[in-house]
Amino acid sequence: MKEEWDRLPQHDFLALLREKYTHLDPVRAFQVVAERSERRGPALPHGTTILAVRFDGGVLIGGDRQATTYTEIADRNIEKVFEMDEYSAIAIAGVAGPAIQMAQLLRTQFEYYEKVEGTPLSLEGKANYLAHVLRQNLPAALQGLVVVPIFAGYDPRRRRGRIFKYDVAGGRYEETDYYATGSGGKDARSTLKKRYHAGLSEEEAIRCAVEALLDASDEDVATGGFDWVRGIFPLVKVITQEGARDVPEERLGEIAEGFLNAWRADFAARRNATRSED
Amino acid sequence: MPSPFIVSPEQIMQEKDELARKGVQMGREVVALQYENGLVFVAENVSATLYKISEIYDRIAFAGVGNYQEYDPLRIVGIEQAEVKGYTYSREDVTARWLANLYSQVIGNVWRQFDMKPLEVELLVAEVGEPNDGFDHRLYRISYSGQVADDRNFSVIGGKSGEIRRWLEEHFRPNLPLDEAIRLAVRALESVRDREAEGPLTAERLEVAVLDVTRGRRKFRRIPREELTERLSTPPAPSE
Repeated sequence: MKEEWDRLPQHDFLALLREKYTHLDPVRAFQVVAERSERRGPALPHGTTILAVRFDGGVLIGGDRQATTYTEIADRNIEKVFEMDEYSAIAIAGVAGPAIQMAQLLRTQFEYYEKVEGTPLSLEGKANYLAHVLRQNLPAALQGLVVVPIFAGYDPRRRRGRIFKYDVAGGRYEETDYYATGSGGKDARSTLKKRYHAGLSEEEAIRCAVEALLDASDEDVATGGFDWVRGIFPLVKVITQEGARDVPEERLGEIAEGFLNAWRADFAARRNATRSED
Repeated sequence: MPSPFIVSPEQIMQEKDELARKGVQMGREVVALQYENGLVFVAENVSATLYKISEIYDRIAFAGVGNYQEYDPLRIVGIEQAEVKGYTYSREDVTARWLANLYSQVIGNVWRQFDMKPLEVELLVAEVGEPNDGFDHRLYRISYSGQVADDRNFSVIGGKSGEIRRWLEEHFRPNLPLDEAIRLAVRALESVRDREAEGPLTAERLEVAVLDVTRGRRKFRRIPREELTERLSTPPAPSE
């Protein structure tokens, strides 16, 4: 009877790669890299600031668009936020290559599961699966190939947005209100901490996120902000009962411009005040 | 060269069918029905240790009739698969529908193998819903050939399951208190028994378990024989 079970279609895509398509198994691939790489790790681009904010009726997830290698800009146009399916998305900081690959793997896994089982994986199940994948990446992480994701989604069963953060060892922690990580994560968190309040609306959440991303790019050189010259803006998605959608760039630009104008005026006033004192 | 032994596929299937049917028909029935707190399972079983009804996962129970040697490994492998799935994803992703499909594939695979004896089993996979979730109770029957059927309110597996199902169609009432639900299930089992030759179904001959939604994470509970004796001896409500 054992053979009968082994022949069954599986719902675990990663297990399928591990058993049948070993050349595509990311865990193996990165372990090889990890064993060969130097202690400090190779010079690889890093994704920088990502964040998530829970609001009334859903959750927001976003990130800046820059990848940075040491002090060099590796990419100005990178995407760090990926829709996993209708109700969930992942944002990724850390070493960009494995991070993006991990997002692809997860998206494939969730979709594979949904098609094989005829029912989508629960949000809880998706969050846990990501923890397993990270745990398997631990040897690579210890060598410098660190992937730091935030997973967020709308839980149709519990009827609310949820945010999950992770450590490199696969530890999974649920955040009730907001979270930000990556090189500018601490700066973004400071802003979110001060701006967050009970009963935050979707619109307020978007404003909070834009302000936090502006602050992160202001304080952290690795984080890209709003690039008005090239027209590259952070990527922000909101996920509600109606599904996931991008916040339009124009909207993000408007909000950011509002903040910048206010700050510009304020700084000008400060300069004038200093001058008149002299 | 000896000429190959030729049997028509039709004949093979017919003989397999006969063999499996006979095996299952020897098995005493298991009745599952909805009651006020979930699902109750009642079977005739003289053994106090070789169970027909068992726990699979938080909200899922399993019942098997036919050849014990064949359905008990299916139970264990079901537990294995459920635990692995729950550990990989989350506990809420382990459902009766999924498990019933797995059983259907395994049993169906054996059924279709040319050189394998069909499994002489019939299974029941049941799940209680969560009260605030709009989830209903689920009852799936899996036949010896791997066919799945889903039932509402009550389900019966075993030799004379058809007759008992017809009896229950007339007598079943939803949301009964536990004692009355057990008595109803016992009467259903007795409806196909030869009372004179076999005697009444007393607590000593019964195996009873529940999936009780009011319990904690693990909804499954066996009702011990002492408790069962007590429950069966309380006078029935006047309406009966």
